[in-house]
Amino acid sequence: MNTIHNRQVINDVLVEKAFQDKQIVVLCSDSRGSASLAEFAKVHPRQFVETGIAEQNIVSIAAGLASCGKKAFVASPACFLSTRSMEQAKVDVAYSNTNVKLIGISGGVSYGALGMTHHSTNDIATMASIPNMRVYFPSDRHQTKRLIEALLTDQKPAYVRVGRNPVADVYTESACPFVMDHASLARAGSDVTLIATGELVDPAIQAAQILEKQGISCRVIDMYCIKPLDREAVLQAARETQGLVVLEEHVAIGGLGSMISQLIASEYPVKFKSLCLPDEPAIAGKSPEVFAHYGLTPENIAVQAAELIGR
Amino acid sequence: MDNLTATAFKIRQDILDTVVNCKAGHIGGDFSVTDILTTLYFQQMRIDPLQPKDPNRDRLILSKGHSVEALYAVLANRGFFPLEDLKLVSAYGSKYIGHPTTKVNGIEANSGSLGHGLSVGVGMALAGQMDQAPYRVYIVMGDGELAEGSVWEGAMAASHYQLDNLCAVIDRNGLQISGPTEDVMGHENLEARWTAFGWHVIKAAGNSTEAMNTAFELAKTIKGQPTVIIAETIKGYGVSFMENAAPWHHKVPNAEEYHLATAELAAKRGAAL
Repeated sequence: MNTIHNRQVINDVLVEKAFQDKQIVVLCSDSRGSASLAEFAKVHPRQFVETGIAEQNIVSIAAGLASCGKKAFVASPACFLSTRSMEQAKVDVAYSNTNVKLIGISGGVSYGALGMTHHSTNDIATMASIPNMRVYFPSDRHQTKRLIEALLTDQKPAYVRVGRNPVADVYTESACPFVMDHASLARAGSDVTLIATGELVDPAIQAAQILEKQGISCRVIDMYCIKPLDREAVLQAARETQGLVVLEEHVAIGGLGSMISQLIASEYPVKFKSLCLPDEPAIAGKSPEVFAHYGLTPENIAVQAAELIGR
Repeated sequence: MDNLTATAFKIRQDILDTVVNCKAGHIGGDFSVTDILTTLYFQQMRIDPLQPKDPNRDRLILSKGHSVEALYAVLANRGFFPLEDLKLVSAYGSKYIGHPTTKVNGIEANSGSLGHGLSVGVGMALAGQMDQAPYRVYIVMGDGELAEGSVWEGAMAASHYQLDNLCAVIDRNGLQISGPTEDVMGHENLEARWTAFGWHVIKAAGNSTEAMNTAFELAKTIKGQPTVIIAETIKGYGVSFMENAAPWHHKVPNAEEYHLATAELAAKRGAAL
Protein backbone atom coordinates (compact mmCIF):
# COMPACT_ATOMS: atom_id res chain seq x y z
CA MET A 1 0.00 0.00 0.00
CA ASN A 2 1.27 3.44 -0.95
CA THR A 3 2.27 5.58 2.05
CA ILE A 4 2.80 8.92 0.32
CA HIS A 5 0.04 11.45 0.89
CA ASN A 6 -1.37 13.45 -1.99
CA ARG A 7 -0.56 16.59 -0.01
CA GLN A 8 3.08 15.52 0.17
CA VAL A 9 3.12 15.30 -3.60
CA ILE A 10 1.77 18.84 -3.85
CA ASN A 11 4.64 20.03 -1.65
CA ASP A 12 7.15 18.12 -3.75
CA VAL A 13 5.94 19.61 -7.03
CA LEU A 14 5.84 23.14 -5.64
CA VAL A 15 9.24 22.87 -3.95
CA GLU A 16 10.79 21.72 -7.21
CA LYS A 17 9.10 24.25 -9.47
CA ALA A 18 9.66 27.19 -7.14
CA PHE A 19 13.42 27.05 -7.69
CA GLN A 20 12.87 28.15 -11.26
CA ASP A 21 9.60 29.98 -10.99
CA LYS A 22 9.96 32.80 -8.48
CA GLN A 23 6.35 33.86 -8.99
CA ILE A 24 5.08 30.80 -7.11
CA VAL A 25 3.88 31.77 -3.64
CA VAL A 26 2.47 29.33 -1.11
CA LEU A 27 0.20 30.54 1.67
CA CYS A 28 -0.78 28.64 4.81
CA SER A 29 -3.11 29.44 7.69
CA ASP A 30 -1.12 27.81 10.49
CA SER A 31 -1.51 24.75 8.28
CA ARG A 32 1.98 24.16 6.89
CA GLY A 33 2.34 20.97 8.93
CA SER A 34 -1.04 19.50 8.13
CA ALA A 35 -0.60 20.50 4.50
CA SER A 36 2.87 18.89 4.35
CA LEU A 37 4.21 22.26 3.24
CA ALA A 38 6.72 22.79 6.03
CA GLU A 39 9.44 21.80 3.60
CA PHE A 40 8.32 24.41 1.10
CA ALA A 41 8.34 27.06 3.84
CA LYS A 42 11.85 26.05 4.81
CA VAL A 43 13.30 25.79 1.32
CA HIS A 44 11.55 28.85 -0.14
CA PRO A 45 10.92 31.19 2.80
CA ARG A 46 10.72 34.24 0.51
CA GLN A 47 7.94 32.58 -1.46
CA PHE A 48 5.96 31.51 1.57
CA VAL A 49 3.32 33.55 3.41
CA GLU A 50 1.92 32.58 6.79
CA THR A 51 -1.38 34.25 7.66
CA GLY A 52 -2.15 32.57 10.96
CA ILE A 53 -5.56 31.09 11.55
CA ALA A 54 -7.47 33.43 9.29
CA GLU A 55 -9.08 31.71 6.33
CA GLN A 56 -10.85 34.78 5.01
CA ASN A 57 -7.67 36.77 5.09
CA ILE A 58 -5.55 34.09 3.44
CA VAL A 59 -7.77 33.93 0.36
CA SER A 60 -7.97 37.69 -0.10
CA ILE A 61 -4.22 38.09 0.43
CA ALA A 62 -3.63 35.39 -2.18
CA ALA A 63 -5.86 37.30 -4.59
CA GLY A 64 -3.89 40.49 -3.97
CA LEU A 65 -0.62 38.66 -4.59
CA ALA A 66 -2.02 37.12 -7.75
CA SER A 67 -3.19 40.50 -9.05
CA CYS A 68 0.49 41.52 -8.92
CA GLY A 69 1.64 38.53 -10.97
CA LYS A 70 2.15 35.87 -8.32
CA LYS A 71 1.00 32.28 -8.73
CA ALA A 72 -0.70 31.85 -5.38
CA PHE A 73 -1.33 28.43 -3.82
CA VAL A 74 -3.42 28.53 -0.65
CA ALA A 75 -3.31 25.36 1.45
CA SER A 76 -5.81 25.25 4.27
CA PRO A 77 -8.24 22.64 5.62
CA ALA A 78 -10.96 22.05 3.04
CA CYS A 79 -13.67 22.39 5.66
CA PHE A 80 -12.74 26.01 6.36
CA LEU A 81 -11.50 26.99 2.93
CA SER A 82 -14.69 25.90 1.18
CA THR A 83 -17.14 27.56 3.55
CA ARG A 84 -15.64 30.15 5.88
CA SER A 85 -13.77 31.80 3.04
CA MET A 86 -16.34 30.97 0.39
CA GLU A 87 -17.13 34.63 -0.12
CA GLN A 88 -13.47 35.52 -0.57
CA ALA A 89 -13.23 32.64 -3.05
CA LYS A 90 -16.28 33.98 -4.85
CA VAL A 91 -15.37 37.68 -4.92
CA ASP A 92 -11.60 37.98 -4.78
CA VAL A 93 -10.68 34.81 -6.64
CA ALA A 94 -13.44 33.73 -9.02
CA TYR A 95 -15.14 37.05 -9.75
CA SER A 96 -11.84 38.92 -9.93
CA ASN A 97 -10.36 36.04 -11.96
CA THR A 98 -7.13 35.97 -10.00
CA ASN A 99 -4.55 33.22 -10.40
CA VAL A 100 -5.24 31.60 -7.06
CA LYS A 101 -5.28 27.86 -6.52
CA LEU A 102 -7.17 26.89 -3.40
CA ILE A 103 -5.90 23.57 -2.04
CA GLY A 104 -8.38 22.09 0.41
CA ILE A 105 -6.45 19.65 2.56
CA SER A 106 -7.83 16.92 4.82
CA GLY A 107 -10.96 16.98 2.72
CA GLY A 108 -14.20 15.05 3.01
CA VAL A 109 -14.33 13.00 6.19
CA SER A 110 -10.54 12.70 6.51
CA TYR A 111 -10.75 14.28 9.95
CA GLY A 112 -13.29 11.58 10.73
CA ALA A 113 -13.45 11.67 14.52
CA LEU A 114 -13.23 15.44 14.78
CA GLY A 115 -16.85 15.98 13.84
CA MET A 116 -18.81 18.07 11.41
CA THR A 117 -16.78 21.25 12.01
CA HIS A 118 -13.86 19.49 10.37
CA HIS A 119 -15.69 17.66 7.60
CA SER A 120 -15.92 19.15 4.13
CA THR A 121 -18.74 17.14 2.68
CA ASN A 122 -20.36 20.00 0.79
CA ASP A 123 -17.38 21.59 -0.91
CA ILE A 124 -18.47 20.60 -4.40
CA ALA A 125 -21.76 22.36 -3.73
CA THR A 126 -20.12 25.53 -2.49
CA MET A 127 -17.17 25.79 -4.82
CA ALA A 128 -18.58 24.41 -8.06
CA SER A 129 -21.58 26.72 -7.82
CA ILE A 130 -19.31 29.78 -8.07
CA PRO A 131 -18.98 31.01 -11.66
CA ASN A 132 -15.38 30.80 -12.90
CA MET A 133 -14.27 28.41 -10.14
CA ARG A 134 -12.95 25.04 -11.27
CA VAL A 135 -13.10 22.04 -8.93
CA TYR A 136 -10.76 19.05 -8.91
CA PHE A 137 -10.66 15.99 -6.65
CA PRO A 138 -7.60 13.95 -7.68
CA SER A 139 -7.72 10.26 -6.90
CA ASP A 140 -4.12 9.33 -6.20
CA ARG A 141 -0.64 10.76 -5.84
CA HIS A 142 0.31 10.33 -9.49
CA GLN A 143 -2.76 12.14 -10.70
CA THR A 144 -2.28 14.82 -8.03
CA LYS A 145 1.21 15.45 -9.36
CA ARG A 146 -0.01 15.79 -12.93
CA LEU A 147 -2.86 18.03 -11.86
CA ILE A 148 -0.66 20.44 -9.89
CA GLU A 149 1.80 20.59 -12.77
CA ALA A 150 -1.06 21.44 -15.11
CA LEU A 151 -2.47 24.07 -12.76
CA LEU A 152 0.93 25.76 -12.66
CA THR A 153 0.65 26.41 -16.37
CA ASP A 154 -2.65 28.25 -16.34
CA GLN A 155 -3.80 31.55 -14.87
CA LYS A 156 -7.31 30.67 -13.76
CA PRO A 157 -8.85 30.07 -10.33
CA ALA A 158 -9.28 26.51 -9.07
CA TYR A 159 -10.22 24.58 -5.96
CA VAL A 160 -8.51 21.24 -5.35
CA ARG A 161 -9.51 18.82 -2.60
CA VAL A 162 -7.17 16.16 -1.27
CA GLY A 163 -7.62 13.86 1.70
CA ARG A 164 -5.51 13.62 4.80
CA ASN A 165 -4.38 10.03 4.52
CA PRO A 166 -2.33 8.18 1.93
CA VAL A 167 -4.54 6.47 -0.61
CA ALA A 168 -3.90 3.43 -2.75
CA ASP A 169 -2.35 4.06 -6.14
CA VAL A 170 -4.87 4.04 -8.92
CA TYR A 171 -2.17 4.68 -11.52
CA THR A 172 1.57 4.29 -11.78
CA GLU A 173 4.04 7.03 -12.48
CA SER A 174 4.51 5.88 -16.05
CA ALA A 175 0.88 4.98 -16.64
CA CYS A 176 -1.18 7.92 -15.46
CA PRO A 177 -3.43 8.82 -18.36
CA PHE A 178 -3.89 12.46 -17.46
CA VAL A 179 -5.42 14.98 -19.81
CA MET A 180 -6.46 18.24 -18.18
CA ASP A 181 -10.22 18.55 -17.82
CA HIS A 182 -10.85 15.12 -19.31
CA ALA A 183 -11.94 12.31 -17.02
CA SER A 184 -9.53 9.41 -16.81
CA LEU A 185 -10.76 5.98 -17.81
CA ALA A 186 -9.61 3.97 -14.80
CA ARG A 187 -11.08 0.74 -16.17
CA ALA A 188 -12.83 -0.19 -19.38
CA GLY A 189 -16.20 -1.94 -19.28
CA SER A 190 -19.46 -2.22 -21.19
CA ASP A 191 -22.34 -3.28 -18.88
CA VAL A 192 -22.42 -0.67 -16.16
CA THR A 193 -20.39 2.45 -15.29
CA LEU A 194 -19.09 3.66 -11.97
CA ILE A 195 -18.23 7.37 -11.99
CA ALA A 196 -16.12 8.14 -8.96
CA THR A 197 -14.08 11.06 -7.73
CA GLY A 198 -11.27 11.52 -5.23
CA GLU A 199 -10.76 8.77 -2.71
CA LEU A 200 -13.68 6.74 -4.00
CA VAL A 201 -12.00 5.88 -7.28
CA ASP A 202 -10.03 3.07 -5.64
CA PRO A 203 -13.11 1.40 -4.05
CA ALA A 204 -14.82 1.75 -7.42
CA ILE A 205 -12.03 -0.17 -9.13
CA GLN A 206 -12.23 -2.87 -6.47
CA ALA A 207 -15.99 -3.01 -7.01
CA ALA A 208 -15.41 -3.46 -10.74
CA GLN A 209 -13.12 -6.39 -10.01
CA ILE A 210 -15.85 -8.02 -7.91
CA LEU A 211 -18.38 -7.46 -10.69
CA GLU A 212 -16.03 -8.94 -13.24
CA LYS A 213 -16.03 -12.20 -11.29
CA GLN A 214 -19.82 -12.16 -11.58
CA GLY A 215 -19.56 -11.72 -15.31
CA ILE A 216 -20.47 -8.04 -15.30
CA SER A 217 -18.23 -5.75 -17.29
CA CYS A 218 -17.86 -2.53 -15.32
CA ARG A 219 -16.43 0.74 -16.57
CA VAL A 220 -14.80 3.04 -14.00
CA ILE A 221 -14.51 6.73 -14.81
CA ASP A 222 -12.24 8.80 -12.61
CA MET A 223 -14.01 12.17 -12.67
CA TYR A 224 -11.24 14.15 -10.99
CA CYS A 225 -12.44 17.18 -12.96
CA ILE A 226 -15.76 17.93 -11.32
CA LYS A 227 -15.92 21.34 -12.90
CA PRO A 228 -15.56 21.63 -15.80
CA LEU A 229 -17.33 18.27 -15.81
CA ASP A 230 -16.27 15.95 -18.60
CA ARG A 231 -19.74 15.81 -20.12
CA GLU A 232 -18.72 13.67 -23.05
CA ALA A 233 -17.29 10.93 -20.83
CA VAL A 234 -20.59 10.82 -18.95
CA LEU A 235 -22.76 10.81 -22.06
CA GLN A 236 -20.60 8.20 -23.72
CA ALA A 237 -21.01 5.96 -20.68
CA ALA A 238 -24.74 6.64 -20.72
CA ARG A 239 -24.91 5.58 -24.37
CA GLU A 240 -22.63 2.57 -24.10
CA THR A 241 -23.55 1.00 -20.76
CA GLN A 242 -26.84 0.21 -19.06
CA GLY A 243 -26.58 2.50 -16.07
CA LEU A 244 -24.45 4.94 -14.10
CA VAL A 245 -23.51 4.80 -10.42
CA VAL A 246 -21.91 7.94 -9.04
CA LEU A 247 -19.64 7.70 -6.00
CA GLU A 248 -18.52 10.67 -3.98
CA GLU A 249 -17.31 11.64 -0.52
CA HIS A 250 -19.89 14.41 -0.43
CA VAL A 251 -23.54 14.89 0.42
CA ALA A 252 -26.10 14.30 -2.32
CA ILE A 253 -27.27 17.88 -2.60
CA GLY A 254 -25.13 19.83 -5.02
CA GLY A 255 -22.57 17.08 -5.48
CA LEU A 256 -21.19 15.18 -8.44
CA GLY A 257 -24.28 12.97 -8.49
CA SER A 258 -26.47 16.05 -8.77
CA MET A 259 -24.43 17.37 -11.65
CA ILE A 260 -24.39 14.08 -13.54
CA SER A 261 -28.07 13.35 -12.98
CA GLN A 262 -28.93 16.81 -14.32
CA LEU A 263 -26.84 16.14 -17.37
CA ILE A 264 -28.21 12.74 -18.25
CA ALA A 265 -31.80 13.69 -17.38
CA SER A 266 -31.69 16.39 -20.03
CA GLU A 267 -29.37 14.78 -22.58
CA TYR A 268 -29.59 11.00 -22.37
CA PRO A 269 -31.78 9.51 -19.62
CA VAL A 270 -30.41 6.26 -18.31
CA LYS A 271 -30.60 4.24 -15.07
CA PHE A 272 -28.83 6.15 -12.32
CA LYS A 273 -27.82 5.71 -8.70
CA SER A 274 -25.99 8.02 -6.35
CA LEU A 275 -23.86 6.61 -3.52
CA CYS A 276 -22.66 9.34 -1.21
CA LEU A 277 -22.86 10.73 2.31
CA PRO A 278 -26.19 11.49 3.95
CA ASP A 279 -27.73 14.90 4.66
CA GLU A 280 -26.68 14.75 8.31
CA PRO A 281 -23.48 15.09 10.35
CA ALA A 282 -21.32 12.09 9.47
CA ILE A 283 -20.56 9.60 12.21
CA ALA A 284 -17.18 9.54 13.90
CA GLY A 285 -14.52 7.20 12.63
CA LYS A 286 -11.59 6.81 10.31
CA SER A 287 -12.36 7.39 6.64
CA PRO A 288 -12.69 3.65 5.82
CA GLU A 289 -15.02 3.20 8.79
CA VAL A 290 -17.15 6.15 7.77
CA PHE A 291 -17.24 4.93 4.17
CA ALA A 292 -18.27 1.46 5.34
CA HIS A 293 -20.98 2.89 7.58
CA TYR A 294 -22.59 4.59 4.61
CA GLY A 295 -22.18 1.70 2.21
CA LEU A 296 -19.25 3.13 0.28
CA THR A 297 -17.41 -0.20 0.23
CA PRO A 298 -16.35 -2.15 -2.85
CA GLU A 299 -18.77 -4.94 -1.88
CA ASN A 300 -21.80 -2.72 -1.52
CA ILE A 301 -20.90 -0.64 -4.58
CA ALA A 302 -20.80 -3.91 -6.57
CA VAL A 303 -24.18 -4.98 -5.19
CA GLN A 304 -25.74 -1.61 -5.99
CA ALA A 305 -24.32 -1.53 -9.50
CA ALA A 306 -25.50 -5.06 -10.28
CA GLU A 307 -28.94 -4.28 -8.91
CA LEU A 308 -29.17 -1.11 -10.98
CA ILE A 309 -28.88 -3.06 -14.21
CA GLY A 310 -31.03 -5.96 -12.98
CA ARG A 311 -28.26 -8.49 -12.56
CA MET B 1 -6.13 72.28 -14.33
CA ASP B 2 -8.20 73.55 -11.43
CA ASN B 3 -6.76 73.30 -7.97
CA LEU B 4 -7.60 70.09 -6.14
CA THR B 5 -10.48 71.52 -4.16
CA ALA B 6 -12.09 72.97 -7.24
CA THR B 7 -11.51 69.71 -9.07
CA ALA B 8 -13.25 67.85 -6.25
CA PHE B 9 -16.31 70.08 -6.57
CA LYS B 10 -16.33 69.58 -10.34
CA ILE B 11 -16.19 65.83 -9.74
CA ARG B 12 -19.09 66.10 -7.30
CA GLN B 13 -21.15 67.63 -10.10
CA ASP B 14 -20.30 64.64 -12.29
CA ILE B 15 -21.31 62.33 -9.44
CA LEU B 16 -24.58 64.21 -9.00
CA ASP B 17 -25.29 64.00 -12.73
CA THR B 18 -24.47 60.29 -12.71
CA VAL B 19 -26.70 59.50 -9.76
CA VAL B 20 -29.59 61.50 -11.19
CA ASN B 21 -29.10 59.96 -14.62
CA CYS B 22 -29.03 56.35 -13.44
CA LYS B 23 -31.51 56.98 -10.63
CA ALA B 24 -29.34 55.01 -8.22
CA GLY B 25 -26.12 55.21 -6.27
CA HIS B 26 -24.79 56.19 -2.89
CA ILE B 27 -24.38 59.94 -3.09
CA GLY B 28 -23.75 60.61 0.61
CA GLY B 29 -20.69 58.36 0.77
CA ASP B 30 -19.61 59.50 -2.70
CA PHE B 31 -19.45 63.08 -1.50
CA SER B 32 -17.66 62.25 1.74
CA VAL B 33 -14.92 60.32 -0.07
CA THR B 34 -14.52 62.64 -3.08
CA ASP B 35 -11.68 64.74 -1.63
CA ILE B 36 -9.79 61.63 -0.56
CA LEU B 37 -9.98 60.08 -4.03
CA THR B 38 -9.28 63.35 -5.81
CA THR B 39 -6.14 63.96 -3.73
CA LEU B 40 -4.93 60.44 -4.41
CA TYR B 41 -5.61 60.27 -8.15
CA PHE B 42 -4.70 63.87 -9.02
CA GLN B 43 -1.78 64.46 -6.68
CA GLN B 44 -0.44 61.47 -4.83
CA MET B 45 -0.57 58.31 -6.87
CA ARG B 46 2.01 57.46 -9.50
CA ILE B 47 -0.34 56.40 -12.25
CA ASP B 48 -0.61 56.90 -15.96
CA PRO B 49 -3.99 56.45 -17.64
CA LEU B 50 -2.12 55.50 -20.81
CA GLN B 51 -0.24 52.72 -19.02
CA PRO B 52 -2.82 51.39 -16.59
CA LYS B 53 -1.01 48.04 -16.21
CA ASP B 54 2.45 49.43 -15.48
CA PRO B 55 3.79 46.95 -12.88
CA ASN B 56 5.20 49.80 -10.80
CA ARG B 57 2.00 51.85 -10.65
CA ASP B 58 0.47 52.74 -7.33
CA ARG B 59 -2.68 50.79 -6.60
CA LEU B 60 -5.96 51.75 -4.98
CA ILE B 61 -8.84 49.57 -3.85
CA LEU B 62 -12.12 51.22 -3.06
CA SER B 63 -13.15 48.76 -0.37
CA LYS B 64 -16.31 50.78 0.33
CA GLY B 65 -17.37 49.80 -3.15
CA HIS B 66 -20.80 51.37 -2.98
CA SER B 67 -19.12 54.76 -3.47
CA VAL B 68 -18.34 53.66 -6.99
CA GLU B 69 -19.88 56.74 -8.63
CA ALA B 70 -17.17 58.82 -6.96
CA LEU B 71 -14.47 56.47 -8.24
CA TYR B 72 -15.92 56.45 -11.78
CA ALA B 73 -16.10 60.25 -11.81
CA VAL B 74 -12.53 60.59 -10.54
CA LEU B 75 -11.19 58.06 -13.06
CA ALA B 76 -13.06 59.67 -15.94
CA ASN B 77 -11.77 63.11 -15.03
CA ARG B 78 -8.28 61.68 -14.67
CA GLY B 79 -8.45 60.31 -18.21
CA PHE B 80 -8.95 56.59 -17.66
CA PHE B 81 -12.09 56.63 -19.78
CA PRO B 82 -14.27 59.25 -21.47
CA LEU B 83 -16.49 61.43 -19.30
CA GLU B 84 -19.32 60.49 -21.64
CA ASP B 85 -19.17 56.96 -20.24
CA LEU B 86 -20.54 58.19 -16.92
CA LYS B 87 -23.92 58.15 -18.64
CA LEU B 88 -23.62 54.39 -18.86
CA VAL B 89 -23.35 53.82 -15.12
CA SER B 90 -25.80 51.12 -14.02
CA ALA B 91 -27.33 50.96 -17.50
CA TYR B 92 -28.58 47.66 -18.93
CA GLY B 93 -25.61 45.56 -20.06
CA SER B 94 -23.11 48.27 -19.10
CA LYS B 95 -19.68 47.42 -17.71
CA TYR B 96 -20.06 50.40 -15.38
CA ILE B 97 -22.00 48.49 -12.74
CA GLY B 98 -22.94 49.70 -9.28
CA HIS B 99 -19.73 48.51 -7.65
CA PRO B 100 -16.09 48.67 -8.75
CA THR B 101 -15.17 46.15 -11.42
CA THR B 102 -11.83 45.47 -13.05
CA LYS B 103 -13.57 45.57 -16.41
CA VAL B 104 -13.29 49.34 -16.09
CA ASN B 105 -9.93 50.85 -16.96
CA GLY B 106 -8.06 51.95 -13.85
CA ILE B 107 -9.91 49.79 -11.33
CA GLU B 108 -7.62 47.36 -9.55
CA ALA B 109 -10.05 45.05 -7.74
CA ASN B 110 -13.66 44.05 -7.74
CA SER B 111 -15.34 45.15 -4.57
CA GLY B 112 -18.81 45.58 -3.18
CA SER B 113 -18.79 43.07 -0.38
CA LEU B 114 -17.38 45.06 2.51
CA GLY B 115 -14.30 44.03 4.45
CA HIS B 116 -12.33 42.50 1.57
CA GLY B 117 -10.22 45.40 0.35
CA LEU B 118 -7.69 45.59 3.14
CA SER B 119 -6.73 41.91 2.86
CA VAL B 120 -6.45 42.10 -0.92
CA GLY B 121 -4.31 45.19 -0.43
CA VAL B 122 -2.11 43.28 2.01
CA GLY B 123 -1.50 40.78 -0.79
CA MET B 124 -0.61 43.55 -3.23
CA ALA B 125 1.71 45.17 -0.72
CA LEU B 126 3.33 41.82 0.11
CA ALA B 127 3.98 41.27 -3.60
CA GLY B 128 5.59 44.71 -3.73
CA GLN B 129 7.73 43.88 -0.72
CA MET B 130 8.80 40.54 -2.25
CA ASP B 131 9.67 42.17 -5.56
CA GLN B 132 11.16 45.29 -3.96
CA ALA B 133 8.85 47.25 -6.22
CA PRO B 134 8.43 50.98 -5.64
CA TYR B 135 4.64 51.13 -5.68
CA ARG B 136 2.32 52.03 -2.83
CA VAL B 137 -1.04 50.47 -2.11
CA TYR B 138 -4.01 52.54 -0.95
CA ILE B 139 -7.14 51.04 0.57
CA VAL B 140 -10.17 53.24 1.10
CA MET B 141 -12.67 51.90 3.61
CA GLY B 142 -15.85 53.18 5.16
CA ASP B 143 -16.27 53.45 8.90
CA GLY B 144 -19.38 51.25 8.92
CA GLU B 145 -17.27 48.66 7.12
CA LEU B 146 -15.03 48.33 10.17
CA ALA B 147 -17.64 46.06 11.77
CA GLU B 148 -16.53 43.35 9.32
CA GLY B 149 -14.18 40.97 11.17
CA SER B 150 -12.08 40.36 8.08
CA VAL B 151 -10.88 43.99 8.24
CA TRP B 152 -9.06 43.13 11.45
CA GLU B 153 -7.55 39.96 10.00
CA GLY B 154 -6.07 42.17 7.30
CA ALA B 155 -4.97 44.76 9.85
CA MET B 156 -3.10 42.09 11.81
CA ALA B 157 -1.32 40.76 8.75
CA ALA B 158 -0.32 44.23 7.52
CA SER B 159 1.51 45.08 10.71
CA HIS B 160 2.93 41.55 11.07
CA TYR B 161 4.58 41.95 7.68
CA GLN B 162 5.56 45.58 8.38
CA LEU B 163 3.91 46.75 5.19
CA ASP B 164 4.98 50.38 5.08
CA ASN B 165 4.01 50.47 1.41
CA LEU B 166 0.39 50.09 2.49
CA CYS B 167 -1.79 53.04 3.45
CA ALA B 168 -5.39 52.60 4.54
CA VAL B 169 -7.84 55.46 4.61
CA ILE B 170 -11.00 55.38 6.67
CA ASP B 171 -13.74 57.63 5.38
CA ARG B 172 -14.91 58.49 8.88
CA ASN B 173 -18.20 60.19 8.17
CA GLY B 174 -19.93 58.69 11.19
CA LEU B 175 -23.05 57.60 9.36
CA GLN B 176 -24.20 54.37 7.83
CA ILE B 177 -27.45 53.29 6.27
CA SER B 178 -29.28 52.76 9.57
CA GLY B 179 -27.98 55.88 11.29
CA PRO B 180 -24.92 57.03 13.27
CA THR B 181 -22.13 54.47 13.28
CA GLU B 182 -21.81 54.84 17.02
CA ASP B 183 -25.42 53.72 17.45
CA VAL B 184 -25.22 50.86 14.94
CA MET B 185 -21.89 49.41 16.09
CA GLY B 186 -19.62 51.77 17.90
CA HIS B 187 -15.97 52.43 17.11
CA GLU B 188 -14.94 53.73 20.50
CA ASN B 189 -11.27 54.69 20.62
CA LEU B 190 -10.86 54.06 16.93
CA GLU B 191 -7.37 55.51 16.90
CA ALA B 192 -6.29 53.31 19.81
CA ARG B 193 -7.70 50.22 18.08
CA TRP B 194 -5.50 50.75 15.05
CA THR B 195 -2.51 51.64 17.18
CA ALA B 196 -3.03 48.42 19.13
CA PHE B 197 -3.00 46.51 15.85
CA GLY B 198 0.44 47.92 15.13
CA TRP B 199 -0.48 50.69 12.72
CA HIS B 200 0.74 54.23 12.55
CA VAL B 201 -2.36 56.42 12.82
CA ILE B 202 -2.84 59.84 11.28
CA LYS B 203 -5.98 61.86 11.78
CA ALA B 204 -6.85 64.34 9.07
CA ALA B 205 -9.69 66.53 7.86
CA GLY B 206 -10.97 64.26 5.12
CA ASN B 207 -12.83 66.90 3.15
CA SER B 208 -9.75 69.08 2.86
CA THR B 209 -7.58 68.14 -0.10
CA GLU B 210 -4.77 70.10 1.50
CA ALA B 211 -5.02 68.21 4.78
CA MET B 212 -5.27 64.88 2.97
CA ASN B 213 -2.27 65.71 0.84
CA THR B 214 -0.25 66.47 3.96
CA ALA B 215 -1.41 63.24 5.57
CA PHE B 216 -0.42 61.17 2.53
CA GLU B 217 3.01 62.84 2.44
CA LEU B 218 3.49 62.03 6.11
CA ALA B 219 2.37 58.42 5.58
CA LYS B 220 5.14 57.93 3.02
CA THR B 221 7.74 58.72 5.66
CA ILE B 222 6.53 56.06 8.09
CA LYS B 223 8.77 52.99 7.91
CA GLY B 224 8.37 49.49 9.29
CA GLN B 225 4.62 49.62 9.79
CA PRO B 226 1.50 50.36 7.78
CA THR B 227 -0.30 53.67 8.12
CA VAL B 228 -3.99 54.35 8.48
CA ILE B 229 -5.40 57.80 7.90
CA ILE B 230 -8.60 58.41 9.79
CA ALA B 231 -10.14 60.95 7.46
CA GLU B 232 -12.79 62.83 9.35
CA THR B 233 -15.39 63.59 6.76
CA ILE B 234 -18.94 64.78 6.42
CA LYS B 235 -21.34 62.47 4.64
CA GLY B 236 -22.89 64.36 1.74
CA TYR B 237 -20.17 67.05 1.92
CA GLY B 238 -20.62 69.90 -0.51
CA VAL B 239 -24.40 70.07 -0.65
CA SER B 240 -25.74 71.52 2.58
CA PHE B 241 -29.04 69.66 2.71
CA MET B 242 -27.32 66.31 2.14
CA GLU B 243 -24.69 66.81 4.81
CA ASN B 244 -24.87 64.56 7.85
CA ALA B 245 -28.25 63.21 6.84
CA ALA B 246 -28.47 59.42 6.87
CA PRO B 247 -31.24 59.22 4.22
CA TRP B 248 -28.79 60.64 1.67
CA HIS B 249 -26.81 57.40 1.99
CA HIS B 250 -28.50 56.33 -1.22
CA LYS B 251 -31.32 58.76 -1.95
CA VAL B 252 -31.67 60.09 -5.49
CA PRO B 253 -32.24 63.87 -5.74
CA ASN B 254 -35.48 65.09 -7.36
CA ALA B 255 -35.46 67.90 -9.93
CA GLU B 256 -35.58 70.68 -7.37
CA GLU B 257 -32.91 69.11 -5.20
CA TYR B 258 -30.77 68.61 -8.28
CA HIS B 259 -30.90 72.29 -9.19
CA LEU B 260 -30.19 73.41 -5.63
CA ALA B 261 -27.25 71.02 -5.39
CA THR B 262 -25.87 72.07 -8.77
CA ALA B 263 -25.98 75.75 -7.80
CA GLU B 264 -24.28 75.09 -4.49
CA LEU B 265 -21.52 72.98 -6.02
CA ALA B 266 -20.89 75.61 -8.70
CA ALA B 267 -20.63 78.34 -6.08
CA LYS B 268 -18.20 76.32 -3.99
CA ARG B 269 -16.13 75.44 -7.00
CA GLY B 270 -16.01 79.09 -7.98
CA ALA B 271 -14.96 80.09 -4.51
CA ALA B 272 -12.15 77.56 -4.57
CA LEU B 273 -10.69 78.83 -7.82
